[in-house]
Amino acid sequence: MNSVSEIQEAVQGAKSVRVRGGGSKPALSQRDCQVDAQCLDLSALKGVIDYQPEEYTFTARAGTPVAEMTALLAEKGQYLPFDPPLAERGATLGGTVAAGLSGPGRYRYGGIRDFLIGIRFVDGKGQEVRGGGAVVKNAAGFDFPKLFVGSLGRLGILTELTFKVFPQPSAYATVAAEFDGLSDLLGALDAVTRSAIDLHAVDFAPEEQGWTLWVRIGGLLTVLQERAQALRTVVSAGTGQMRSLSLYQDQEEEEGLWQTVRSMRWLTEGTGLVRIPLTPQRIPAVEEALSGSQTATRRYSVGGNLLWLGWPDVTAQAGVEQDSSRDLHGLLQELGLQGIQLIGRARREGANRDEGDARDHEGPLLGRPLQNAFLRRIAAALDPEGKFEPW
Amino acid sequence: MNVHPLIETLSRLYDADRLLTRPAQLMAYESDALTAFQQRAAAVVIPQNREEVIETIRLCHGYNVPFVARGSGTSLSGGSLPIADGIVIALNRLDRILRLDAAERIAVVEPGVINLKVSEAAKPYGLYYAPDPSSQSICTIGGNVAFNSGGAHCLKYGMTSNHVLGMTVALPDGEVVELGGESLEGIGPDLPGFFVGSEGLFGVALEITLRLLPIPQTYRTVLAAYDSLHAAGDAVTAVVASGLLPGAIEIMDALAIKAAEVGAKAGYPTAPALLIVELEGEESAVEAEFSQLMQLIEETAPVEVRMAQTADERARIWKGRKAAFSAVGRLAPDYIVQDGVVPRSRLGDALAEIDRLSASYGIDVANVFHAGDGNLHPLILFDGREEGALERAEELAGEVLELCVELGGSITGEHGVGMEKRAFLPKMYGPLEMQAMEDVRRSVDSKSLANRGKMLPAGEAESLTHVGPHPLEKAGVIFRE
Repeated sequence: MNSVSEIQEAVQGAKSVRVRGGGSKPALSQRDCQVDAQCLDLSALKGVIDYQPEEYTFTARAGTPVAEMTALLAEKGQYLPFDPPLAERGATLGGTVAAGLSGPGRYRYGGIRDFLIGIRFVDGKGQEVRGGGAVVKNAAGFDFPKLFVGSLGRLGILTELTFKVFPQPSAYATVAAEFDGLSDLLGALDAVTRSAIDLHAVDFAPEEQGWTLWVRIGGLLTVLQERAQALRTVVSAGTGQMRSLSLYQDQEEEEGLWQTVRSMRWLTEGTGLVRIPLTPQRIPAVEEALSGSQTATRRYSVGGNLLWLGWPDVTAQAGVEQDSSRDLHGLLQELGLQGIQLIGRARREGANRDEGDARDHEGPLLGRPLQNAFLRRIAAALDPEGKFEPW
Repeated sequence: MNVHPLIETLSRLYDADRLLTRPAQLMAYESDALTAFQQRAAAVVIPQNREEVIETIRLCHGYNVPFVARGSGTSLSGGSLPIADGIVIALNRLDRILRLDAAERIAVVEPGVINLKVSEAAKPYGLYYAPDPSSQSICTIGGNVAFNSGGAHCLKYGMTSNHVLGMTVALPDGEVVELGGESLEGIGPDLPGFFVGSEGLFGVALEITLRLLPIPQTYRTVLAAYDSLHAAGDAVTAVVASGLLPGAIEIMDALAIKAAEVGAKAGYPTAPALLIVELEGEESAVEAEFSQLMQLIEETAPVEVRMAQTADERARIWKGRKAAFSAVGRLAPDYIVQDGVVPRSRLGDALAEIDRLSASYGIDVANVFHAGDGNLHPLILFDGREEGALERAEELAGEVLELCVELGGSITGEHGVGMEKRAFLPKMYGPLEMQAMEDVRRSVDSKSLANRGKMLPAGEAESLTHVGPHPLEKAGVIFRE
């Protein structure tokens, strides 16, 4: 697809339409494009339409790679504070919005939902519709930009996006603390997230032995050392069981820590990636549930509000290949959580798919079902003939 | 539309003191803070719990009677104006903070909870609720949600929608749905985000989960006076370009300064323009940023600079700013508050044009605005006793909105479309957009019962009459922003 009018024609002419961008989330895009539907590749619909650094806003076509945009912003000392993930793997702006993805920096100023201020989309009738606007504050009309965050191409096809951006802090520092156990870590987490220290990112993960907590601050270099010391004190005060504490101030090394997170480089080769929103209080139950399953690499982000879970595609049980995302689906249902598979094989392609499985038990969505009457009614208005995958 | 069978049924649900039908009782609900509009409802119900709200909505749907949910009635766009022959659902008694979880930094509240009460309840835990509309001591969270309310401090942390994580909602036919949850992150379309700011058209929020933030360690506030609005505007550009991220950047012009002096005795310097910049955060960071800010401000050649040295001085600066609107009432018998947004770099152009319009209409306009995000609040002064004065003030207000659209901005930054700006929404959006909004609305509310006639053009036009400022505003209890 090279133009919006091509997309409009395709939507008007097809019975069923799926979208893909950079292909960095194959569990969403590949699966969609394998079903009996016309698949529209939006990776050619790219480029910046308008970037005014003094306005702290830009407008770009949906297929624009995130990496190209962040490089352009960096030239002016600006950035997308929600740290869009998977840029290194070719993620596009449109795909990032449709999948509703924010990275670790989301902790400080908000997620992708808080920075997307305007959109254009092609609806199920093939019309290009505008939502939101180009100014950072706008309360006029329904907030279509927010509706399309996480919409997975099922309400319309995003063609153009307007974001607000922020000035990038001039320097960062990260405190990394190691703990023997999760409960020690959660004690420190509570202390640090309730403190008055302005935290840019708060992540943690199990290591070979024990757990590590990473806390990032940013701002003027002149006072960063002093602030990092204050942060160390808060982290240390939260628990008596801390094994070690280190401070990363070398800018390249420090940035490397977080680049690994954004690009999901920590993910083991051959495992899928599942995104699971939760709250810190749910984590002990999640850990207990996971301990009974196969070993899963994982990382908790956004102060314990998000779990990135590496999950093997297939497991052999008693010599029979099992579609393991099915196990995870059941596990999340038991926990009352929702997840979405981004990388790996989505459940429909599983080795032993139950024919009688309900719709909501298929595809990249795992755990507690999502549908509700509000969403159904919205979808019926924007896509009356059901050309996009139904919600 | 015969509303009597519905009222008859409601009388079985509500005691007489919670089902108001007498004209004297209904009068108090005829207007909100946009007093130019008034309309009498057929009845006002005062539910005490969510079940009563849901049942009332179901009944309205069944009897085909439109309804308006209302909190404290502080809407500046006529958002809570009653519908003729419709029902008003007054939510003020659903005012419980159901849960305040300091560890998760959330508060779960009913819609009638007053904005400021959330921060007061969170204070012992070192937390607060960030959105701070000027009416925060009286406005309710339900109304904030419906209109995506802002405030002086949205520059850094955003408006209401940036602070709502989840909610339980009664759709316009009474079906109850859960949107979002307690996590900062979610899966699927951002439905809480879509509901916030829908101006009551998608139904009534029954329970709202709010995000709380740690109270900033410290604030540093500076007030700088300039010999022209243009110079103050240039200072804003310099501050924004520096990469500093203040919590608030505000500008007031000479007329607004005069009003604030008369109204709140803020002790402001007399000058053509005042700039207020506030930094917030950790002590050491704010100190360092503040010296950078002061250097920047010195370079913009202010005629006078004052720094708030104490919490009292800070409070006084803000009191003057927040009271400026109501205080304008002392300069003229009546005024209209406009709320438009322009790209930040076009602020100078916008102000020059407003000046020109003011001169050509021969109508005084005071300017108070959230300069950091380009949100203008021109106050158009008039005397309602003069024949045609209101209409001419409205006409000028309309030209300001068209100017905002022309400059690539918005017709509302935080007050919403409501009744007031229905005619202007189609100037900002094309027919396709208006149709898409109408389609979604019809699909969510097949009978267009929920807050019918607001935001989207529909039904009969309401009467525009002049009634002067809101009594609470005259008393200085509520402020327009």
